[in-house]
Amino acid sequence: MAVAKPRAGKPWTDKKIEDIVGNLLRVGVLVSAFVVLLGGAIYLARHGRSPANYRVFQGEPADFRRIGGILKQAFALSGRGIIQLGLLLLIATPVARVAFAVWGFAEEGDRMYVTFTVIVLVILLYSLVGSGMMF
Amino acid sequence: MNVIEFTALVWIGSFVAGLLGALTGLGGGVVLVPLLTLFFHVDLRYAIGASLVSVIATSSGAAAAYVKEGFSNIRIGMFLEIATTIGALLGAYLAVVVPTSAIAIIFGVVLVYSAYLSRRPRPKHERNLPPDRLATRLKMNGSFPDAEEKDGIRSYNVQHVPAGFSLMFGAGALSGLLGIGSGAVKVLAMDQAMKIPFKVSTTTSNFMIGVTAAASAGVYLSRGFIDPGLAMPVMLGVLAGSLLGSRILIQTETKVLRIVFSAVIALLGLEMLYKGLAGRI
Repeated sequence: MAVAKPRAGKPWTDKKIEDIVGNLLRVGVLVSAFVVLLGGAIYLARHGRSPANYRVFQGEPADFRRIGGILKQAFALSGRGIIQLGLLLLIATPVARVAFAVWGFAEEGDRMYVTFTVIVLVILLYSLVGSGMMF
Repeated sequence: MNVIEFTALVWIGSFVAGLLGALTGLGGGVVLVPLLTLFFHVDLRYAIGASLVSVIATSSGAAAAYVKEGFSNIRIGMFLEIATTIGALLGAYLAVVVPTSAIAIIFGVVLVYSAYLSRRPRPKHERNLPPDRLATRLKMNGSFPDAEEKDGIRSYNVQHVPAGFSLMFGAGALSGLLGIGSGAVKVLAMDQAMKIPFKVSTTTSNFMIGVTAAASAGVYLSRGFIDPGLAMPVMLGVLAGSLLGSRILIQTETKVLRIVFSAVIALLGLEMLYKGLAGRI
């Protein structure tokens, strides 16, 4: 059965934040998917006929494991570099969502939830920086 | 098999995984890793890397639709993400050091348990539970659109926050270790422990999965688990499947589907267990 839309005049708590978050997620995912698709097309055009082999784990080359290397490869129009760039954008989307939620809760004057979202944001940034991906 | 054939087949498999994952609220990753390792003979570490990336896409893509419908609860999600992200970080560091056969065994157990959870009849929630002090202080109680209610809106009071929080830490650790969204454990924490209505639990879980996965993505990427050639068809396939699935969820009962899907999950789990114990993964 179809569910009724939220009625006008009876606003959801945090409805405004949720709307913007929804759009942010959608745009982030669509942009990253487009970049991945573009990189994929280049990659398949160049390497499509080579044999596929993922049986043995070798780890990715250093350039595909750091932001600097990925940017360098992407600007050199390497298909795989562009795919990795798209994946970086994808990873950044939830991080941006959390960052936006900090702002949103601050606008509402909700200090408790500003604190909670800042904690989540710090953990996310620590994971990106602390893992050695940045440098 | 050349790269074009491999990419096409992986895309199709990922599309189906994404579709089922979104429809059942269990996430695409839960069948994706067994699919890649058992059928495509991909190394487990590449598989969990690609799966984790697709989990972010699934979550964000589906959540974009749910958030606007007013089902997910952003406060519950945000608060519990403190637990899931810390767990995910720990899990990702473990994934780097734990041997793949051990990961496969844990994966198998998680799959079989997920199947059990989704098959077990969900006890009907008592409606109109009294407000819990901690949940009220944390402003978690909410409401969502429900056509069965007189005014089209159903309110709920969240219970047992500490138990839910602890379970979420475990969900995060599993997510980081196995490259899955661990939606089953998240839904268990919210639906069963915290007594949050099922639809709110599944959509909030979906909403949280992306943030949880992002916490392990940095570790995976810097350790070379994320291969662009593999992650590309996986991410695009799962995304397309999950977007389609999230449109259907709003309109249909998922009961029958959960039964079918849980059988598939259990079989894949047993296969992963066997391969892990035999050291063949």
